[in-house]
Amino acid sequence: MTTPVSSMALVLGASFIGSFGMVTLKSGADRLAPGILPVFLSWRIAAGVALFLLSSVLFVAGLKNGNLTVLYPLVALGYVWTLFWSRLFFHEPFNRSKLLGLALILVGVIFIGLGNR
Amino acid sequence: MLKSAIVTSSGTVASEGNPAASKTSTSLGSIGLVFLCTLSGAAAQILMKHGANHITGAGLIGILTNLPLLSGYCVYGVNTLLMVLALRRGHLSVLYPIIALTFVWVTILSPRFFPQDHLNPFKIAGVALIVSGVSLIGLGSRE
Repeated sequence: MTTPVSSMALVLGASFIGSFGMVTLKSGADRLAPGILPVFLSWRIAAGVALFLLSSVLFVAGLKNGNLTVLYPLVALGYVWTLFWSRLFFHEPFNRSKLLGLALILVGVIFIGLGNR
Repeated sequence: MLKSAIVTSSGTVASEGNPAASKTSTSLGSIGLVFLCTLSGAAAQILMKHGANHITGAGLIGILTNLPLLSGYCVYGVNTLLMVLALRRGHLSVLYPIIALTFVWVTILSPRFFPQDHLNPFKIAGVALIVSGVSLIGLGSRE
C-alpha cells in the first residue's frame, strides 16, 4: 500500500499541533491555584484541550489511509517537537539520558509501525 | 553564598516538608500520575477502537449511541486532567515521553481484544525499545 502525501501532511500537522497542545497545557498547569476546580477554569488548559481535539481529528483522518510504517515515525516526531518546546519555552535542560531515551522511543515506535504492516 | 543557599534550602525543606520539589525537577508523584495516564490512555484507545468497530446507526446518532466510544472519550477527559495535575510538579521534557508507554500497553493488549491483531518480533522489539527509552528518561530525572 502506498501512502498518500496528504496522509503524511495530516499526521505531521497533527503531531505539530498536539505538541503545542502540550505546551499550552503545561503553561496552564504552571499557573494553577491548588485544587482540582481551577483546572476547569483555566483558559490555557481549555485551549490545550482544544488543540488536542484538533490534533486527534487530523490523526484519525491521516491514519485512515496509508502505511503505518511511514506514518508512525511521523506520529513519534511529536516527542521531538515537545522536547524542543520544553527547552525553548520552559528552559528545561537537555541531558544525555533525555536525548538517548528519546532516540530509543523513536526507534521503538518505528518498529511498532513495522510490526503493524 | 553556597552555604547560605544550603541553609535557605534546608529552611524551606523544614518549613514545607517537601525536599523533592526543590531538589529535583520532577516529582515521583508526577511520574506516577503520567504512568496512570498511559494505562487509562490505552484503555480509552481500546474502548474507542472497539466502539468504532461496532457502530450502528448513521452519522452523529451512531456515535452518540455508542457506549464504548463515549466511555473512551470520557476516559480521555480524565486522562487530560491527570496530565495537568502531573505537569504542575514536573518538567514537560521528562513527563511527556512517558506517554509513549501507551504504545506499549496497546500493542500488548490489542491481541486479547482484537483477534486480527498479533504480536510479532517487530512489535516486541518496539515495546522493549520504548520501555528502555522511558526508563532512561525517568531514571535520568532522579539524579
